[in-house]
Amino acid sequence: MRANVASYDVVAPETLAEALTLLADEPGVWTPMAGGTDLMVLFEAGKLPTGRYLSIHGLPELRGITVDDDAVTIGALTTYSEIRDHAVINADLPMLAQAARETGALAIQNRGTLGGNIANASPAADSPPALVAYGAELTLVSAAGTRTVPYRGFHTGYKQMDLRPGELIHSIRVPRRPASEGWVHFYRKVGTRAYQAISKVCFAACARLSDGGVAEVRVGFGSVAPTVLIASALEAALTGARLDDAGLEAAVAAAARHEVAAIDDIRSTARYRTQVSENLAVAFLHALRAGG
Amino acid sequence: MAEVAVGKVAVTFTVNGVERTVETYPMARLLDVLREDLRLTGTKEGCGEGECGACSAFVDGRLVNTCLVPAIQARGAKIETIEGLASGAELHAVQQAFIDAGGAQCGICTPGMVLATVALLREHPEPTEAEVREGLAGNLCRCTGYMKIFDSVETAARAIRARQDAATAGEGGAS
Amino acid sequence: MGKYVGQSVPRKEGVDKVTGRSLYVDDIVLDGMIHGITVRSSVPRGKILGVRFDPGVPWDEFVIVTAKDIPGRNVVAMLIEDQPFLADDVIRHPDEPVLLLAHPDKHVLAEAREHVHIDVEPLPAVFAIEDALRADTVLFGDDNVFKRFDVSKGDVDAAFARDDVVIVEGTYETGAQEQMYIEPMGMIAVAAPGQGVTVWGSLQCPYYVHKALKPLFDLPAEQVRVVQTVTGGGFGGKEEYPSIIAGHAALLSWKAGGVPVKLIYDRAEDLAATTKRHPSRTRHRTAVTRDGELVAMDVDFALDGGAYATLSAVVLSRGTIHACGPYRCPNARVVARAVATNHPPHGAFRGFGAPQSIFGLERHMDKIARTLGIAPEELRRRNLLATGDTTATSQVIEEAIDLGAMLDDALSQAGWAEKKAAFAAHNADPANTVKKGMGLATFFHGSGFTGSGEVYLASVVGIEAGPGGRCTVLAASTEIGQGTNTIFSQIAADALRLPYELVEVAQPDTARVPDSGPTVASRTTMVVGRLVQDAAESLIHTLRDAGLLGADYSAEQFAAAVDAYRERFGTLRVYSKYKQPPGIVWDDKHYRGAAYAAYGWAAYIAEVEVDTLTYAARVTDFVAVQDIGTLINPLLAAGQVEGGVAQAIGWAVYEGVDWRDGHMANNQMTNYIIPTAADVPPIRVYFHSVPFKYGPSGAKGVGELPMDGPAPAILNAIEDAIGVSLNRAPALPEDIMEAMLAASSQSEAHHG
Repeated sequence: MRANVASYDVVAPETLAEALTLLADEPGVWTPMAGGTDLMVLFEAGKLPTGRYLSIHGLPELRGITVDDDAVTIGALTTYSEIRDHAVINADLPMLAQAARETGALAIQNRGTLGGNIANASPAADSPPALVAYGAELTLVSAAGTRTVPYRGFHTGYKQMDLRPGELIHSIRVPRRPASEGWVHFYRKVGTRAYQAISKVCFAACARLSDGGVAEVRVGFGSVAPTVLIASALEAALTGARLDDAGLEAAVAAAARHEVAAIDDIRSTARYRTQVSENLAVAFLHALRAGG
Repeated sequence: MAEVAVGKVAVTFTVNGVERTVETYPMARLLDVLREDLRLTGTKEGCGEGECGACSAFVDGRLVNTCLVPAIQARGAKIETIEGLASGAELHAVQQAFIDAGGAQCGICTPGMVLATVALLREHPEPTEAEVREGLAGNLCRCTGYMKIFDSVETAARAIRARQDAATAGEGGAS
Repeated sequence: MGKYVGQSVPRKEGVDKVTGRSLYVDDIVLDGMIHGITVRSSVPRGKILGVRFDPGVPWDEFVIVTAKDIPGRNVVAMLIEDQPFLADDVIRHPDEPVLLLAHPDKHVLAEAREHVHIDVEPLPAVFAIEDALRADTVLFGDDNVFKRFDVSKGDVDAAFARDDVVIVEGTYETGAQEQMYIEPMGMIAVAAPGQGVTVWGSLQCPYYVHKALKPLFDLPAEQVRVVQTVTGGGFGGKEEYPSIIAGHAALLSWKAGGVPVKLIYDRAEDLAATTKRHPSRTRHRTAVTRDGELVAMDVDFALDGGAYATLSAVVLSRGTIHACGPYRCPNARVVARAVATNHPPHGAFRGFGAPQSIFGLERHMDKIARTLGIAPEELRRRNLLATGDTTATSQVIEEAIDLGAMLDDALSQAGWAEKKAAFAAHNADPANTVKKGMGLATFFHGSGFTGSGEVYLASVVGIEAGPGGRCTVLAASTEIGQGTNTIFSQIAADALRLPYELVEVAQPDTARVPDSGPTVASRTTMVVGRLVQDAAESLIHTLRDAGLLGADYSAEQFAAAVDAYRERFGTLRVYSKYKQPPGIVWDDKHYRGAAYAAYGWAAYIAEVEVDTLTYAARVTDFVAVQDIGTLINPLLAAGQVEGGVAQAIGWAVYEGVDWRDGHMANNQMTNYIIPTAADVPPIRVYFHSVPFKYGPSGAKGVGELPMDGPAPAILNAIEDAIGVSLNRAPALPEDIMEAMLAASSQSEAHHG
């Protein structure tokens, strides 16, 4: 272990109100910590800034999954395991279940949380592309009250997000996308191995088809830009398109290639990420044609 | 050197059914608390970053990487380690299976692998091959190539079912 | 075969391992123990100008050791004495130990290390094999060559001049590979002037550590004691580097006046600083007749030895001898060189040079087959060594081998012909984005030390009989997961005709066990196991000669005889010493003759899928057919093969070291990718057991053989799947993509 454990203070309030009060009273002092699956890795490597951490892991107000007719609402501290095993999520939001299943492996899924994954703001996280593709909304809570923001646009730059001082992610609301209403889901995590892998490219797309055309589509990429990437050009190329349009494949490929901003790093190359992004976008089109 | 100087705090939890209180730093890894404060060294460290699974233990019934759990988050938890698995001299069926089917070689991944298998068989008493592979994917082994571990899982599953069948038959006879 | 040999008896230390009771070095706490850490260089090459300690750290609380504190010689005693324990003057690689710190509170150490600065004037560094060979920058000697071997058989140049041959050329490379034992390295030491040095730790070769500590402290043998603790995997990685850690821990303890010091590497340090498999480059030029008969092989084999010579010469030797494979070829020339670079020293890893040269050869055999239009299995079949043929070192094969039958078995178990046809049809359909392929390799691996190596080692094994007739095998051969304790107990129990439970193997401790040689080179079962058998038999003779034991006896009678002997003579302990099998003649000067007393033989087949969307290759089935002589313990033997194959799958398609200025940049388990349970295919293991006359009950070595064949078989299969040739292992998705894109742009250029 490369960190000095005596240089880290951690408190663990028992209620959300207590946590929010602490955040409001001592602004900028406390860094929230959920399941620890990201922060503890940095800690081990000696790369976690020393200071004061607020463990919110035990807060009951931020846990659990509720379902209504239109949407599934997931408490920020819901674990991947709970998401992976949830029947409605598996049925209507299968990409979210798959992202949870492919994050780390079982022991990580038992500890890691969806809210923690969002707030850690890693561009390589597995759930954010699915949340982009599903058009999720975040409810944020602070001592001053709550507000709701669309997930698309929440991340504003590398490790930057629209989270105000003293604010915590409360829950994630995801509109249901049942296949019976014409929704097609396409998720592909390209990691270094089957499990215990960090994404080199992650692709999530959800489209509604009607009359041989694409009525509505949202696409998110992971690991190809400083944040989760909203694939606007790809969405524009597909929205309203006829699936039998012969030029569509080239347009999709070009849009994907154009909008990813991949880099070389320890896990892969920019060339690989760009080429695979293009391949997956085209494969998504093929899936739409097969399913449409 | 340090900008923040933190004192130790008291953390109470149960380990293998016994309530324990340790004085430790809130950020101390549960792994170190088990190994150093409680001298339960069956929980191993292979990477310190949640990758290898050698430090697996149960926290509140769920398999976790203890290297990623700060002590403060274990307050009030029910912790089960490899030391608590056997009942006295009698090995747990999974432990026996790892001996019989060759699932342990150098042994450093074995405690974690055994506990991951226990977790798997609790969830899937008759696991498919895909379930076995997925269930053990967080526990790296460099010796076995996993084949004998898969055999050990199957052997254990059979033994547990046989024991349950015997118990059910026994109950049936008594009623 | 006896009562235990040939049976899958349970692992001796199995219960301790499944209950977590086994004590590995980091599980041990000694009274008053403090913790150590290593301060390393961060540049690949340079001159040390000085060391600075930041103010604000209570340095007087720390034990600080530099090269100046070394009581003896600052050199790690190995083959060439070039590596210091602590760099004093010159830095030769980016993770070189320079200074040591110890403190009672382990939490402050890593932070303190950041406050020590080593000032270095950088010097030009060399990382690539070809750059080292060009010797524009000289790191070692006058040509950067640590060691060169030349093998010559027949007349290669005349053969290439023949007008009835086709000449096929190719270049093949392999990358570094990390052993990735799951237990990182570590040592505990107690050392003080007047008291000597004792170390406990994770290691493969107690007497290597012993040999290294004597000159470091300038102590006689009896004042140095090395004890192996339960060791969580080695694979060669714990063959040489433990000497350095033991030295460091002992230096700290020595300076601290005998306080026990624990020095455990974290994973990042273990990955960055310790030895890996040598990267290699093999050039092949082969003359072959149109119907596939090998006429001449010309091989240029080169290894990147890293910054110090360490074991490179011996690794190179094994790679050299295996470079022409198990094929009949009347003319052969191998030029082999290990060169100096500014990488951390490369070292021992399962296979020890053979996987590198076999990779080149088995990829090249497929290239020859393709060039000639002959099926790859058929090309091999036409050239496989048979009993009475000679190898490239002109060794006459006297074992009764049938490699052709093993190849046929492998083809049939793999469903080769049917699957090849089905895959060809599948791959022809452009709608199938996942392409499938099959590939094979036939190969051999010499058991034991090369040539006269075993004679020089002169290994000794003891057996001691104690109260109640309990017998203890005394050997320095270590249990590192492969089953030494169990195998030795089986062999001894049968030779003694005692129950398995009455035999145990002593913890390797140089104060108690004789030097049975290092635990390397697939020698433990075949060579040391035979010594166990000899010692056990001589113990029985001793009791008989004393008139205490009859021809037939029960365990109780044996116990009574032992008790009587002990009462009369004190201790009952006998030793056996290595005797070379007859007919082993090796000419070290010309690299000619019987390189090994015996070989393991194998035919392996890999089936792969390559996803053309992600360029990832996945092994979907694996068939491993081999002859390793008699199986002492079939379960353990199969476990060795399966583990070796999985490790080789890693080397083939997952495990790449990302070197940045000589430093491993991906030195985390999350970024150096070994296979998980979800990444390995079914590994199907079959044995053809031909007993070896001089092995214990006919056994040969097994540990390394399974590392040799999978990587070329897998890359052969990848080429079969996608029609694109990859000649470097590992073939990561990025590499496969680049090769496919290059091939498609080339074919467009052709058609355009």
